[in-house]
Formats: sequence, C-alpha cells, structure tokens
Amino acid sequence: MSTRLANGGRLLNKGRALEFTFNGKRMTGVEGDTLASALLANDQMMVGRSFKYHRPRGIVASGGEEPNALVGLGENGKFEPNQRVTTTELFDGLTCASQNHWPSLEFDVGAINSKLSRFLPAGFYYKMFIHPRPLWKHVYEPFIRQSAGLGKAPRDRDEDSYEHFYAFYDVVVVGGGVAGLQAAKAAGQAGAKVLVMEQTPHWGGRAPVDGGEVDGLSVDRFVEQSVSELHAMENVTLRTRMMGAAVYDHGYVMGYERVNDHQPDAKGPRHRLWRIRAGQIVTATGAIERPLSFAGNDIPGVMLASAVRDYAVDYGVSVGDRTVVVTNNDDAYRTAITLKNLGLEVPVIVDARPSGGGPLAGEAVALGIRVENGKGIAKVKGGKRVEGVEICTQAGEGAALETIKCEAVAMSGGWSPVVHLWSHCGGKLLWDDENVMFRPDGDKAPTGAEGERFVIPAGSADGCLDLASVLDNADAAGKAAAQATGHTPGKGAAPQAQPETMTPIQAVWMMPQGASYKLRMKAWLDYQNDVKVSDIQLAAREGFESVEHAKRYTTLGMATDQGKLSNINGLAILSDALSQGIPQTGTTTFRPPYTPISMSSIAGEARNETFQPIRKTPMHSWHEANGAHWEPVGAWRRPYCFQKPGESVHDAVNREIKQTRDSLGLLDASTLGKIIVKGPDAGKFMDMLYTNMMSTLKPGRCRYGLMCNENGFLMDDGVVARLDEDTFLCHTTTGGADNIHGHMEEWLQTEWWDWKVYTANVTEQFAQVGVVGPKSRKVLQKLTDDDISNDALTFMGWTEITLKGGLPARVFRISFAGELSFELAVPASHGRALWDMLMQAGAEFGVTPYGTEAMHVMRAEKGFIMIGDETDGTVIPQDLGMDWAISKKKEDYLGKRAQQRSHMTDPTRWKLVGLETLDGSTLPDGAYATADGTNANGQRNVQGRVTSTYHSPTLGRGIAMGLVLNGPDRMGDVLDFPKVDGTVIKAKIVDPVFYDKNGEKQNV
Amino acid sequence: MLILTCPCCGVTAEETEFHGGGEAHVTRFGPGSSEDDFHGYLFEKVNPKGVHFERWRHNNGCGKWFHAARCTVTLEVFGTYSAQTTEPPQDIKDKISAKRPGWSWREFA
Amino acid sequence: MSEAVSALKGASFDGFVTVKDTGLHGMITLRGDLASDAVKAAVQDATGAPVPGQREVSGADGNWVAWMSPDELLLIVAYDAAPQIEADLRKALSGSHHLVANVSDARAVFRLSGSATGLREAIAKLCPVDMTPGAFGPGQFRRTRMAQIPAALWMPTDDSLHVICFRSVADYAFNLLKGAAAPGSEVGLFS
Repeated sequence: MSTRLANGGRLLNKGRALEFTFNGKRMTGVEGDTLASALLANDQMMVGRSFKYHRPRGIVASGGEEPNALVGLGENGKFEPNQRVTTTELFDGLTCASQNHWPSLEFDVGAINSKLSRFLPAGFYYKMFIHPRPLWKHVYEPFIRQSAGLGKAPRDRDEDSYEHFYAFYDVVVVGGGVAGLQAAKAAGQAGAKVLVMEQTPHWGGRAPVDGGEVDGLSVDRFVEQSVSELHAMENVTLRTRMMGAAVYDHGYVMGYERVNDHQPDAKGPRHRLWRIRAGQIVTATGAIERPLSFAGNDIPGVMLASAVRDYAVDYGVSVGDRTVVVTNNDDAYRTAITLKNLGLEVPVIVDARPSGGGPLAGEAVALGIRVENGKGIAKVKGGKRVEGVEICTQAGEGAALETIKCEAVAMSGGWSPVVHLWSHCGGKLLWDDENVMFRPDGDKAPTGAEGERFVIPAGSADGCLDLASVLDNADAAGKAAAQATGHTPGKGAAPQAQPETMTPIQAVWMMPQGASYKLRMKAWLDYQNDVKVSDIQLAAREGFESVEHAKRYTTLGMATDQGKLSNINGLAILSDALSQGIPQTGTTTFRPPYTPISMSSIAGEARNETFQPIRKTPMHSWHEANGAHWEPVGAWRRPYCFQKPGESVHDAVNREIKQTRDSLGLLDASTLGKIIVKGPDAGKFMDMLYTNMMSTLKPGRCRYGLMCNENGFLMDDGVVARLDEDTFLCHTTTGGADNIHGHMEEWLQTEWWDWKVYTANVTEQFAQVGVVGPKSRKVLQKLTDDDISNDALTFMGWTEITLKGGLPARVFRISFAGELSFELAVPASHGRALWDMLMQAGAEFGVTPYGTEAMHVMRAEKGFIMIGDETDGTVIPQDLGMDWAISKKKEDYLGKRAQQRSHMTDPTRWKLVGLETLDGSTLPDGAYATADGTNANGQRNVQGRVTSTYHSPTLGRGIAMGLVLNGPDRMGDVLDFPKVDGTVIKAKIVDPVFYDKNGEKQNV
Repeated sequence: MLILTCPCCGVTAEETEFHGGGEAHVTRFGPGSSEDDFHGYLFEKVNPKGVHFERWRHNNGCGKWFHAARCTVTLEVFGTYSAQTTEPPQDIKDKISAKRPGWSWREFA
Repeated sequence: MSEAVSALKGASFDGFVTVKDTGLHGMITLRGDLASDAVKAAVQDATGAPVPGQREVSGADGNWVAWMSPDELLLIVAYDAAPQIEADLRKALSGSHHLVANVSDARAVFRLSGSATGLREAIAKLCPVDMTPGAFGPGQFRRTRMAQIPAALWMPTDDSLHVICFRSVADYAFNLLKGAAAPGSEVGLFS
C-alpha cells in the first residue's frame, strides 16, 4: 500500500496536519502536501476512471503533465472540474471528488466499455455512428454525451475574482529550477530587468530531489543561496505559483499566477493573468519523463520513475513497499537507489538495454538490488492496483520468464525537454538521436519585432540532462538574454557541478519489442483519451499517415493534458508503423497554454458589472427609475419604452405614440453623434462626405444629409447644422458617432491632408432632448424668454437660446416624428436638470417620455428611413428614392463613382415602397415577397423584402416599408409574403409616407 | 500580438491600442475614372507573403493614422512612418533592402 | 441656473488606493498648429502653462495642458472658467486655422491616491502601459486603453494619478478602478 514514511518530505511541515475529503471520505495530510501526495499518503491509489473505457486510473506523475488524476475541486461557487491533483496544493478543508464514473469510483457501469475494448478501436465512433443518419440525433449523440466527458461543468456562478496585469521586462525567465535561477542570476547581474516565474510554490525544480553538489554546496543550499541573491537584486522580480502559460509574437508572454488557489478564503483575486512584454524569454522549463509502453502500464501503481522519487523525497510518501523499476536509461536507477536508501524494497530493476547501465547501475547493484538487463515487462498484473509484473525478454514477444510480486512499478522511457514555450511562437525542433528526444533547434528560434531571436532555451529544456551541463547552459542563456537586451554580462564562469557519466539511453517504444496484439491493446499511450499502441498502428494501416491526421483520428494528445506524456511515444509508434524515422514523421503543433488555465483568468475583469462598458446618458438614472425597458444601441442603453405598472411593452409604445401625436412627448436623444467640422476647407470637405450639397447651407440652418462609403452604399445619415461660416455640426446615428468621426479623420489624415479642416467629436458634451408634439412650442416657450415662434425659428433652423435660470441651449427645429418638434442641446452636466424642467413644464400637457420604439414607429409612419433597417450595407440612396438628397452639381463625393457602376444603375434594383397589409395585420420583419417560379436551387423566386414593419397605433393597422422590384412603378399591386407557418399575408404596394403626407404637422 | 510604434505620438504599444486599416498607398479613383481603375482601387488589394505596407490607426491613443512596413511571414516590423505620403520613405526602403534583399512591393522596391 | 453635476457626483472608494470622481473640470479641446506663436501665447494666457511636449502635460493644481496628438491639446481648467477661456482662445486664434471646443461636460476624471506603488499597480491591471517608475511618471500624459475603453493618464504628483475617460462610461470606469484597487489584490511589484 502507499503510505507516509516516517522520514523524508523536504517540502513538508509535518507539524501541521490538514483535513480534507475525497469522495466524501475524510483524510489527513500535512502542510506542504500536494493533493496527490496527500492522497497517496492515504493509500488512495485509484483516483479516477478513464475517458473511454472507464478503466481504473491512478496518479502517474508528480507535476503538470499528470493525465489521470483529475478531480472536481471545491463546491458550489468554488467548484471547478478537471483539476490535476499533482498541481493542487493541499489546504485545510479541501473537498474533492473523482470524475467520470457512475455510480461510484469503485463500481462503475461504464467499465463495460473496457470489456468491449476490442470492439471500440480508433475511429469506432466515426465508423459506427454515421448511419443511419436519423439515429445520430436521437440515439447515438445522447448516449455518447451521457458516457463521455470528463468533469461536470460548474452549476453555480464563480464566487472568485480574477484580474490581468500588464508588465514589462528585459528578460523573462520561465521556470525556477536550477537552470532558471542561474539564468536569472546571470541576466540580473548584467543589469537587465528580470522576471523569473516558477509554477510551483518552491524554487529549485527537481534538482534537489536528484541531489549533487554545486560549487561545493548541496543543491538545496545552492538553490537557497541563489534565491536569496536574486531577492537582493532590485532589478529582479521573483514570483512563485506562476506558470509561463504561453509565448506569442513580439515577446508577449502569458504568466498564469495562481494567487489564492492554496488559500481559498483569502482576499484578493484567485488567479492573475500576467500579460508580459519581454525583450528576451528564457525557457528554463525542464523536461518531462516518458512512460514505457507495456501491457497494463495504466494500472494504478504504475508511475513515472521520477514521480516515485519525487513523492519519496519531497513528500515522504512511499507509493508501495515493493517497487519494480523498469527503464531504458540510467536516470531511473536513482529511483531505485532512493527507495532502497529509505528502507523500501526494490525487487528488481528491469533494464531494456542488453548491456545495462553505467555507474548508477553499479551503485544499485552495490546496494544489493537485482538488475535484469535486456529484459522488459510483458504485463502488469492487477486491476485496481498493481499486484505484480511478468518479466520477459525485451527482444521477444512477451513470453513470461518470471512473475514478480510488487505494489508499484516505476517506469522511465527517457526524458523529453519541455519545448512547448519555445515552439508556441514558431521555434523549430530537431531530433536528437543520441539522447532520443526532440530539442530546440538553436538555429531556428522564434523571431520578434526587429527580426531578432527572442526565445532562449536553458537547461533540461534545451536537452541538457546532467547538473553540470544544465548550469553551464543556463548561465550562457542568461548572459545571452542580457546581451540581447543591451546589457553587458559578467565574465564569471558558471557554477560548477561534477559531470556525470551516463550510459546512453536506448530507444524503447514498445515493450517487449515484438509484443503481441493482445499485449499491444493493453499498452497505453494516451492515458487521458485511452489511446493504445494498437490504435496508432490501426490508424497507420488505415492510411492516416500524417501525424496530424493520426492524432485527430485516434485523439492521441487531444485531451486536457495535450499529450505531454503520450505524444513522443505515439509519434514513435506511428513512425515505426510507417517504417520511417521520427523526424520524417514530424511532431504535432504545440499550442498555448502550456497547461489549461482558467477561463475566468482569461476574462480577467471582464465579468459582472465590468463585462462590457455600457454607455449611459445623463438622464439614465431617471429612465431607470421610471420603468425604462432597455434596448442596447451600440454600447448605449436607450429606453425602448417606459412601462407603467401593469402595462405591456406594446401598450406602452402605443400610449407613447398617441400622447406624443396628440400633445407632447420627450425623447432622450443624447446618444446621437455630434461632430464639429471646422476650417476654411470645411465646406469642401462636407461636400465630399455627404451626397448632398452642404457647402451652400447657411449659418443658422439645418439640412438632412446622407453619407455613403466609397462603395456607394449608405453608411450614415443625420442632420447637419451650420454653426458659422467655417463650422458645421454633424449629427450622426447613435451607433455611428465613433465610426463616422474615424471615417472623417481617415480621409483628412490619409487622403486630403493638405485641406484645412479640423474635426472634434463632441457627442458626449451635450445632452439632447427631443421635445415633440403639437404642444412642444408651448412647453418650450415656458422655459425661455427668447423668441421661438414659427417666424423666428422656422422649420430646419436652429438658434441659441437661454433657458430661464440662465442655462444656454441650442435649439434645432427638426422633426423625425412628423410633428412640430424641437431638439434641445445643453451641456451634459445639466442634462438631467433640463429633463426635469421639461417634465415639470410639460405636466399640464400630459408630457410623455417615449423610447426608441415609439420613435421608430413614428418615423415609419412618416416614411423616414432608418440606417440599419432600410439599409444593410448593400443599399444606395437611389434604392430608397432619395435622389433628392444627391447633389447633381457636385463633381465628386464619396460614393459617387461607385453609384455609376453598371450594377448600381441597374433598373431592376429593388426600390423602396410602402406596404399595406390587406387584412391590417403586421408583416413579419424581414419577410420576402415571392414571385412566380423557382430559382436554380429550387427555391421560390422573390421580388422584394420587408425592411421595417410596425403596428401603427395612429392608423390602427400594420404598416411596413420594403424594397421591391420596380416597386415605385407598381403602386396598388398586391404581393404575397409567406410566413414561416405556411400562411401568406397579402400586402399592397403604397406610398411609404403613411401619415401627414403634406408635412403640415411639422411646419406649424 | 504585435508591438507598433506610432510615429505621430511616439508611443510603442501593443496591438490593442491600434486598429489595422488595410493596404497603404492606395490611389483613389473617383468620378471620371475607368471601370478598371475604379475596380482596382476598390477591390484589388494585395495580400503578399512577405514585405507589406499597411495603414494603421492609433485609435486607443492619439487617434492618428500612420503607415507600417512589415513582413507578413515573420511579423517583423521594418518601420512606421507618416500617412501623409504617397510612397514609403527611402530610409524604410533601405532598411527593408538590407533585411530582404531583392524585395519588391507593387511598384516599390 | 441648474447645478452642473458630474457623472458620478464625487463618488469615492477606498481600496489599497483611494479612487475618487474629482467632479467637474473645465476642458477645452484646442486643435491647431502647436508650434505656432499664436497657440503658444494663447495657451499660456489661458492656463498659465506652456504648450507641453509630445505626450506630456504641463501646469499644476487643476490647471493643466495635456498633449493629445500632434495637433491637439486638452486644456483642463476650472469648470466655471471654461466658457470665458473658450471665448478668449477663439479670439486669440481668430487669425489662424484652429478649432476650439468646450468639452467640459464630455468626460469624467478620477483621482487615485494613497500608496504611490499601489496606484501604479491598479492601473497596470487595466492598461497595457509600463507603469514602472522611470517608465511613467509626473509630467507625462499617456492616452491608452483601459480594459475596453479609451482613457488617458497623468500623475500630478508621485503619489497621485488621474484617469480621464468619456462621461458615458464613467460608471464602467469607476467599477474597473474599484476592482483593480480591491483590498487584498495588491501585486507587490513596484515597491
């Protein structure tokens, strides 16, 4: 059984016990434990079931590469699925539960898949569930969804907070092992501004576990000393619990800091995502040990040799009393030696190399450990935990020579440098045949903004496997990074460690070499996605020869661990099946993040109230307090209508329209864009921007104008007021203000930069209120002593007035509703006061605030177009019968040339008309008018579509506008508009002006 | 994510402060131009693999437009310069020549 | 006349730094040839401060001139003084091509104060700007992005920082700054 040892545990504070629960079972760990070490200390060998076959699975690794041991962590608003126990620090009161089983971890129905595994090979789902098609939706998909999936999605809102942080460094060192620390020291001493981040809570990485001496100090002491030296440097920042998640273009590094995962009740954010710009990035990310592919290599108790060693040394945890070590390299001997020295039994070291290992092997033999060279494991015996192994000849087919009882198997298939961050932004790899690994190709580094190399690998991440060369390499990396960022590195030598003699690794991709199919289909490559040696071989036979295809077909490396343990082994199996070398087969692409990071950390502050900016007018709080039913318009919130208690939205809209037309309505029009265009060339510029002639507009007058883009299509409209001889005020649509201001500046800066014109976007300077209805002048006259009579302020005029109390205001006499109406603009800081004044003064007229829907209906009753309804980016003014707004005198305006293109002048372009339903009902939005016959696709031909449609309370019937083939020439024709329910609405083509055709009401 | 230096305000900032505006040095054709010229102006933008000249706006900054010369393959930025010009300045062209001998882009080289 | 009110009416929040809506300021957009004597003199007369250099802010204590772009300044003055200054500027610049607009009501201004390192940290959570002392400090004026909105920053003193944004998003900006200054979320970087 796995248990806590009396001695050892360099990272533990055994004085402080921590309580936690796993699947409701109370357990105890100590401070310094990971959840993994604590589970093992409690003999919890089995921690989950696999994805596809629901096989019992235990902890395999001791770091972020762990594929099996994922749990649902926490509860309710703190629940998060798929958390790796190896990277979860234990805290008092932690609760977690295993995943992917039903009804219980010990007894699981889905494990039947395992019995059927012979019938569930790679591509099974693709092959099986494709026919008959109708079964997919109702039978197959629900079944697959039920049985697949890892953790459950959280049900409650996340209680925690998250944030981003922007930081800038000369050199960012990813990894706080001996390599990272040494690189940071070298760069820091040269004067570079350095950040060094370590994903665990501890500095030093794995070197202290392996031991050795540096400059006469134990590795532990050397790490301590390096950290204190770095702390003393003002130009160096050290952060633990922070993973280098990603490297992107131009030195952009993503640092994922788990601020409070280990202290969930502490204040502050749970995670902080550092968005870092680095001059140079040193990836001191270490290496990951590879599993060996033998039958039963997934049974709980089979672990990476380094992990077995880590648990013993770092956490004082023994995975089993009897541990068989199986390897193809010297490093795993350290595990055997460590265990033996702790008083545990190592019945045998199985070394696949015929001539065995080097000095470390000698040391093991001297300790009395049996070593079997040229041997392999035929299969592991056991179900929910390891019971023993069958040993065989590595060169054979798996005939058992001997069965050895054991509780754990420590395996080592060699080491793979963590090249992920090197590769994220295009760093290339080369295959190192001698060390059997992909490592960074120093000649093909990622390049940055200046074309410079900006990533430097260091230590094991660069393929160095012994302490002496790691330090050398990392020191050089730190110096190179400092140099590249304009600093002068010191000339001092790297710290010295004793070089080690190692017997070369031997590539072992399958164990034994001639394993039978039966063995191969129990030899796991990808633990998390249940991909076996036999699956990759099948994929190759079926023609999925590209590594990218084989990966997708078998799902190798596509789980949340992204194949950290499986990719190289799978690649080797594929290469072997294709009888080609590993470099010829190539690797799959390493994509960020290195290990999964929380979605919330990516969102950062963008949640709840700060999910997105919501623009509010100065009158927003009044609207909010008075029943506003909101409509988003751009980033603004505008009242759609103001609902009274018990009133429906539809009724509110009708009431607002009726009251406005009968007496007086108020519209908060503050959101309309307001842009000042000024200068000696302002008139010339305005004539280019608008289809109309604007330069002839007189100061004091307003003109409605259309704006097109160079494609000729309508992009915005609004009323232009001429403020003085060289100043115009352009009103734009609510959503268009920023775009139109940008559009103006673009032309001024990039095309007509010699024109003397300045613009300023003053949208937010003014609160604007539409005072609309027959009583509008009356109410306005109550507020000012200035003359606003029909003679003094004629239709389409504007003037400055002073409101009683002294507030200056601009009044524009314009109308979008077809009634007598005025728009009042005051400084935004007085907006609410103006609104209150108007409400008070209007009380005797039954003043009614109205929203955007009433505004829309009233403009449609008048046949006024709305950008975004009548236009969709493909409509030109001529389509809308607005030739009157297009100057014939101007030689040029934006869009003029495009409107001369043959397609634009095609007489069959659909044109704007009014539509009146025969039965008075309201046409559906966007409905099409059908025509005779069908098109090439067998669809009904169409001859028009609805662009705006409303129930008009004024007329008591449905009204609509639409674009119709030859529409203006077909007044009185009746069109068919089929609805989705199959019925048809008939509508007559009419003039689009439904209300007050002569415009008498607005001109009184 | 790119880093660009705005030549108008001098800031070196990340891409989120900027907004791309497509190909630079496009000649406007208006009324009176031929169908081909106008079509070319509106629709035939180059999208080269390698050296490219683009328009950018510092929209979360000084609001000014400028031009950038960069490599679409490596994302190397050769330089940024004023938008008030009809062709890339000589020093930018020289810099590109030094790094990408034999380059050409439209009529420029 | 009705009382002018800022978007958040002086709201304040105490986190590891204090965030406060500073209320109304007079603000005037001035576009023109910043190198011209006319502009230099007009700006000096209006504010007592010189035309600042590229990305700089001149002046002090509520009378600032901020460099917005190569042809634009933002004059920050007392709210009540703005209309007169606007008129004076127009008059002074009448002989040259220029644009002067009173935009005193278009924006919101927040003041961060308290811990000198803390206010740098709070901003570094929201803006892609190097907030290290030495990289940014008093005298500089930086227009940038704050989370999802445009904003500008300047530091009147070593231990205070002003953030300016559009009025309509004042609520959003205030919520952002409150979150960034939340107690317990100190980063501990610039100390």
